[in-house]
Amino acid sequence: MDWSLLVPEYILAGWAAMVVSLDLFWGRLRKEQLAYVAAAGALTATLVSLIWVNDSASFGNLLQVDNYTTFFRIFFGLIAFFICLASAQYVKDRLLHPGEYYALILLTVIGGTYMAAAKELLTAYISLELLSFSLYVLTSYAKFDLKSNEAGLKYMLLGAFSSAIFLYGMSLVYGVTKTTSFAGIATTLSGDTSGIAFALFLGIVLMIAGLGFKVAAVPFHMWTPDAYEGAPLPITVFISAISKAAGFALFLKLFGRALLPMADDWRWIIAGLSTATMVLGNLVAIQQHNIKRLLAYSSIGQVGFMLMGIAALTPHGPSDPASALLLHLTGYVITNLAAFVCVIVYYNQTGKDEIADFGGLAERAPFLALCLTIALFSLAGMPLFAGFTTKFILFQAAAQQDLLWLSSIAVFMSVVSLYYCLGIIKQMYLLEPMEKVRLPVPRMEYAVVAALIVGVLLMGLYPQPLFDGVENATSALFQATQAAAVTGVGP
Amino acid sequence: MDSGWLLFATIAVPLTTALIIMAIPSTYKQQVRWVATAAGFTMFVLSVIIFALYNYKEGGLQFDLRLCWLENVAFLGKDGITLHLAVDGISVPLVLLTGIVIFSGCLISWSIEYRNKDFFILLMLLVSGVFGVFQSADLFFLFFFYELAVLPMYLLIGVWGSSTDFGTYVRTKEYGAMKLTLYLVAGSALVFIGIFATFVEAGKGTFDLPVLGQVTYSETFQKTFYPFFMVGFGVLAGLWPFHTWSPDGHVAAPTAVSMLHAGVLMKLGAYGIIRVGMSLFPEGAEFWAPALLVLGTTGALYGAMSAMAQRDLKYVVGYSSVSHMGYVLMGLATLNPIGVNGAVLQMFAHGVMTALFFAMVGAIYDQAGVREIWTFGGLAQRMPRFVAFFAIAGLSSLGLPGLAGFVAEFNIFAGLFKTYPLFGALGILTAAITAVYILRLLAAAFFGPLNEKWAHLKEMRLLEQAAGAILLVFIVFMGVWPAPFVDRIAQSVLALPGIG
Repeated sequence: MDWSLLVPEYILAGWAAMVVSLDLFWGRLRKEQLAYVAAAGALTATLVSLIWVNDSASFGNLLQVDNYTTFFRIFFGLIAFFICLASAQYVKDRLLHPGEYYALILLTVIGGTYMAAAKELLTAYISLELLSFSLYVLTSYAKFDLKSNEAGLKYMLLGAFSSAIFLYGMSLVYGVTKTTSFAGIATTLSGDTSGIAFALFLGIVLMIAGLGFKVAAVPFHMWTPDAYEGAPLPITVFISAISKAAGFALFLKLFGRALLPMADDWRWIIAGLSTATMVLGNLVAIQQHNIKRLLAYSSIGQVGFMLMGIAALTPHGPSDPASALLLHLTGYVITNLAAFVCVIVYYNQTGKDEIADFGGLAERAPFLALCLTIALFSLAGMPLFAGFTTKFILFQAAAQQDLLWLSSIAVFMSVVSLYYCLGIIKQMYLLEPMEKVRLPVPRMEYAVVAALIVGVLLMGLYPQPLFDGVENATSALFQATQAAAVTGVGP
Repeated sequence: MDSGWLLFATIAVPLTTALIIMAIPSTYKQQVRWVATAAGFTMFVLSVIIFALYNYKEGGLQFDLRLCWLENVAFLGKDGITLHLAVDGISVPLVLLTGIVIFSGCLISWSIEYRNKDFFILLMLLVSGVFGVFQSADLFFLFFFYELAVLPMYLLIGVWGSSTDFGTYVRTKEYGAMKLTLYLVAGSALVFIGIFATFVEAGKGTFDLPVLGQVTYSETFQKTFYPFFMVGFGVLAGLWPFHTWSPDGHVAAPTAVSMLHAGVLMKLGAYGIIRVGMSLFPEGAEFWAPALLVLGTTGALYGAMSAMAQRDLKYVVGYSSVSHMGYVLMGLATLNPIGVNGAVLQMFAHGVMTALFFAMVGAIYDQAGVREIWTFGGLAQRMPRFVAFFAIAGLSSLGLPGLAGFVAEFNIFAGLFKTYPLFGALGILTAAITAVYILRLLAAAFFGPLNEKWAHLKEMRLLEQAAGAILLVFIVFMGVWPAPFVDRIAQSVLALPGIG
């Protein structure tokens, strides 16, 4: 076993321990500086993971370090980097025990990365739990806030329940295929499955339900609005980014690799889920008056779009839907981070998060209002910004695989999403501010927002480099599938 | 020809200007105006150059420029999505129109005091989108720019627009802005679907329009998906019954935006039907032509009737836009060279005319603060130039020979009588109704004894006169010498598949 393959995760784990002990033993260290230390850790791990670009190695048939893993290492590392920076002020003002807070963020990244890297069911499951448990704790981190406690409890109970369902699904699949390895499952499923069809189908349905919970697909989305509203704001952002991204990383690995031979059986379920998710998420978002809940429902709507990428996978079809899904996922996460960081900055200054509170923001903080507007337009899929490009590619990819009807629904749901995004923009630009005082934007937060907005613009105006990277990641996933199909044996 | 950068410049200039204005502090209002106007002038000059340099004897797509944007990924093959800019004889008059209207729009907007920096930034975004649509020969980018032109509308209308009080109820600017944005985006959703289907059906791995145009699509496919383009783009072109955003939106919008929107953006819709719908799906166009004809005629008649019933000056112009865009759609539905020619001519003629209308309505509204036709009276004694400009726009609108409107309408009606005489007659009836409401309006508001209430009104400001004069020159120019337009358009219309 080549233990050096996991160096980025050693760094993250070590760094997490370091952050906790720094907080504990170095009392004079200012609390917000812990955020910068943790951010540096995430960045270091990200940079180190670049070593494995275009490399492919297996860690004891448990984990695969290839371009797919590297893509998610970089992706999650950067998410954690931005979350740590965006948390600094918030944690200092409102939360206790900053050391553990940042340590848990770094640990979540490990869980997410291994979900993407897993080569077999149990490793995937354990990684999923590592990610989830860190997030449960973080959700209820505002110890004296009832809503935060409620959110954490709800998230944990429902999360544990769905994990159990997922595990049951896995056990059924294992039972009929006699292997936990993804490649092995794929090989078995390529053969004759007539005798095991029912148990297999049940297992797949249960796994879809379990993963559907993690990515917040309707009807498994109930926890999302409450968890989003109750969790400390930076954690809301973190959940919306990493829980979804890691969920889809595993989704792709499972359904784009292990279960791909059965695609014709499950893609219609996913297509149905996708429809329900995008319709419900976007329509219910219209009703919201709290910006966290609105973004929660909007993110549910986005999940509906992303599920299209899974639904468009076919046994011998191209890997396009997977690439399009990853592209949209990246665009969504960057945009969502940008939108939420704007909300965090505003909340830090005012302590308010109702949409009505954003009235006249354009007068009080023009930069913030502009950035939030760009992020919202990007979420609604308007051009110049990431959302337009990535949605276009994703919808076209689905249309390529006979899912034009699904793309059509998605397009109309995008129109709906524009409606509620315009509602916020209306507050910021059309209404008079309640207080005339200008809101200062701290320099660090200014830089974070600006960097994210540059990302949103870059993806909207020149997506080729990112798209090439995404293609490399998915081709690592699909080459392995094809190789297994050709030789007929899994490792 | 390597002059494709000219086209690129028309898109790059407004975008760069937007960035420059962004860097100017918001208290430097005068500097912002100068920069924006300089940009407007540059675009005007560029568009005149493009119009003049277009070689109509050669015809076809000219000023070709390709910049690769996304290729060899996923379902995209080589040159999958390119920023492919090119113009043909149908687009050049519209590029010229955009140049004219944005320049005069910049001049008109000098009077904006409230956050004029943001206003000009959004206006520049809008116009770069418009230029982009007229010049894109790539389906993805055509759509990209199309949405880009819709993007700033909500804020432009919502922040700088005006609400209308009807006594019993108020049409707020927020209402107009939201209605316009949602209608247009919903329309573009249909276009979106059409594009997906076309790309899959063509199976070429590229969004390049000339390549997609070479594919022969099956008849069923054409009949199924042509309506997506016809209605989707039609919404923006004021296709009845999806026109209701237009009067509300245009009335609520600030002057320069009404000018651009009614003058140029509505043409994007009609242009989209030609460039995408009719070019790619000739059989679909033929199949659906009667429907387009009926809807277009209904729109023309309905718009004219509604205009007659309005008491608000700007609503009259708003509904007359619906009516005139109805002519354009009727012309397109004839599918014969002369009718389609007329439609494109009408796009230009209506563009300059309606821009002049809205500029003048804005000028009077700035001074008087109301737009109620019947409260005015005898304004000609106080503001003769204003009335002259308004009257000429009105006369062009009702099709007086020697002005742009006549040339266009004559062609459309000639085309209609060739294929559908009955609808030709209805078209002429519409022109007659137009004459009624325009002349009645002129008589009531501008001529006759002076209403003493308005004795304090002064002549328009110099900039408004300048803006009006630019538009006026082109109305008269096209009216007396339509040859440069007809030469360019006719060639490219004949080259469209299914026209003849």
